[in-house]
Amino acid sequence: MRRGRTFWFWVFVGPFAAGLALFTYVPLLWSVGLSFFDAHNTVTPTRFVGLDNYTAMLRDGAFTGSLRTFLVFTAFIVPVTFALSLALALMVNRVRRARAFFRSVFFLPAACSYVVAALIWKMSLFNGVRFGLANTVLGWFGADPVAWLSTTDPPWYWLVIVTVRLWLQAGFYMILFLAGLQRIDPVLYEAAAVDGARPGWTVLRNITLPQLRGTSVAVALLLVINAFQAFDEFYNLLSNAQGYPPYARPPLVYLYYTALGQGQNLGLGSAGAVLLALIIAIVTVGQARWLRLGRSEADG
Amino acid sequence: MTISRRTLLGAGAGLGAGMLSACGSNTGRGSGGSGGVRLAQWYHQYGEPGTEQAVERYAAAYGKAHVTVQWRPGNYDQQTAAALLTDSGPDVFEVNGPSLDQIQGGQVEDLTALLDGVRDDFNPAVLAPKTYRGKVYGIPQTIDMQMLYYRRSMLRDAGVRAPRTLDELVAAARTLTSSKVKGLFLGNDGGAGVLGGTPLYAAGLSLVTDDGKAGFDDPAAARTLGKLHRLYADKSLLLGAPADWSDPSALLQGLTAMQWSGLWALPQVQKELGDDFGVLPFPADGPAGRPAVPVGAYGAAVSARSRHKEAAKEYVKWLWVERTDDQEDFALGYGFHIPARISLARRAGKLKSGAAADAVRFATEHGHAQPLLWTPAAQAAYQDALSRIIKDGASPEGELRGVVRKVSAELERVRHTS
Repeated sequence: MRRGRTFWFWVFVGPFAAGLALFTYVPLLWSVGLSFFDAHNTVTPTRFVGLDNYTAMLRDGAFTGSLRTFLVFTAFIVPVTFALSLALALMVNRVRRARAFFRSVFFLPAACSYVVAALIWKMSLFNGVRFGLANTVLGWFGADPVAWLSTTDPPWYWLVIVTVRLWLQAGFYMILFLAGLQRIDPVLYEAAAVDGARPGWTVLRNITLPQLRGTSVAVALLLVINAFQAFDEFYNLLSNAQGYPPYARPPLVYLYYTALGQGQNLGLGSAGAVLLALIIAIVTVGQARWLRLGRSEADG
Repeated sequence: MTISRRTLLGAGAGLGAGMLSACGSNTGRGSGGSGGVRLAQWYHQYGEPGTEQAVERYAAAYGKAHVTVQWRPGNYDQQTAAALLTDSGPDVFEVNGPSLDQIQGGQVEDLTALLDGVRDDFNPAVLAPKTYRGKVYGIPQTIDMQMLYYRRSMLRDAGVRAPRTLDELVAAARTLTSSKVKGLFLGNDGGAGVLGGTPLYAAGLSLVTDDGKAGFDDPAAARTLGKLHRLYADKSLLLGAPADWSDPSALLQGLTAMQWSGLWALPQVQKELGDDFGVLPFPADGPAGRPAVPVGAYGAAVSARSRHKEAAKEYVKWLWVERTDDQEDFALGYGFHIPARISLARRAGKLKSGAAADAVRFATEHGHAQPLLWTPAAQAAYQDALSRIIKDGASPEGELRGVVRKVSAELERVRHTS
């Protein structure tokens, strides 16, 4: 009987584990290996260069600049997305009628492709000519058209990037918060009401938010990782056939141009990817410890 | 375990890609069994209707091997770069290169012998970047070039003559700009991408000198590039147009009075504007300056991983050296390119008059191809600096100092690689 269980365990888990090993862990380790070699246009390099790729990457102003930009971006986008999705969840949770309708409406953008959304934002909402939607609105007030994605002073491109990201992501995290909200025992609210707590801010601060702790921690973690992994909408909003401008360039986009495309410096690109992965790991672990992820509410 | 939406999508995409590649693993390269040699030939996707059928027709007419044409939409350069690392790539492929790293890495075959006796008939400007230490690694197929298109009527109404110097271009763009129309369109990024080294050549400089040094370590470079910032600061540049510079729509829709675009746009511009347009090279700047236009050519190359290298070379020779009729058909029958063979360019009727003749003259007299030694890393550093000069008003001297340093290091690196 025991043998049979082992057998069935591997029948079900084996293909997945094999796929994971073959398509995730092998490339991952391979990439770590490549980062110690001079690997121009080859995945089987022969010239070992030690830590040269790492020092080159850390000395590369464009890479460190993009890391700095994305620390700032993360510090901004994480709280904003968090607050917006929490607010949406609280509102949708409170409506009495058509709750399913609102839930779907706010969640729907999450089903939209990043590429499609980025193209709509770039070509119709925020294009730089007078018939773009944003510029049409500006035109009603007599203002000149703004080249949203091409103007660096003021950096209007952040407006485009942040709005498309919020539109795409807020609905998904709203669903996570909704699930968390629905797990809160209504008895708690009733008890609070009996004790004279007025509904609104007091209840939100003393009951809802503490009860949402687990969900909040998970959402914050996912948001941070997502911010560091930014690629799709940035690439589709700002790149053109000649490359990517030197502003709002996520680390992954920079590595993409270094390692792939005509660059094909796979060693340097891998070194950058390892550095980025380390940063994400450190930030995530630090954040998880700080927020005490995984401990039950009772432990806290 | 929490799975983010993106992880899930990523996993799905990974699976999908895996399945797709499984379906598509027939790259056209045959087993090479009893039925004779089978070759796979790759092209990037040309926009003009008929091109795909044409290249299939050429391939089908070849008697000595069975050639399967693959038409590959999407990021072609990335696709070929990745495919060259594997055994399932093409035998023969067109490439916007090959790049120096591909040549030094031994990924492409030496094709010098194919040009025996006809090497002089290939346009030297586009053959040079495919030549490394005297050996040719790509046979130029057709020449593409870029130039400045302008609307005659708009310039006439504004009392502006066609600009002959960069200063005149800056002034003209400013005069032509109104609340509805911008003076000049150099691409949505303000020109950093598409202009590249062209302004340097217009100042009498270069990207890389003949003896392999950075060719813009000169005060004139900073002076010229600084003028591009003037265009941006004057708000004379069209930015954020729905279609980028490679498409003439901005000019045709009256969003701009002048636009930088490719020769490929000429038939469409001619059709829609009739006589109401003219073409110019990038205007000269400074005492040593002369007009400049960028030229480039896709070249036919043979993969070093091909199992039938000799057969592949023979096919390339047949199509891109011997079959001059097909070459002319390919250059002018669908899109609009200049044949890479000087003799063909001379006898092509479509290139003998009007703006097309001007374009051919610009390409011959003022054409500069990106040098082979100008690596992608050098290009990236230069383009970043140019973008900061144009848009942020960064000091051209300071930016160029950084680029010269980076480019010199790159040139040093490629000199030491075998």
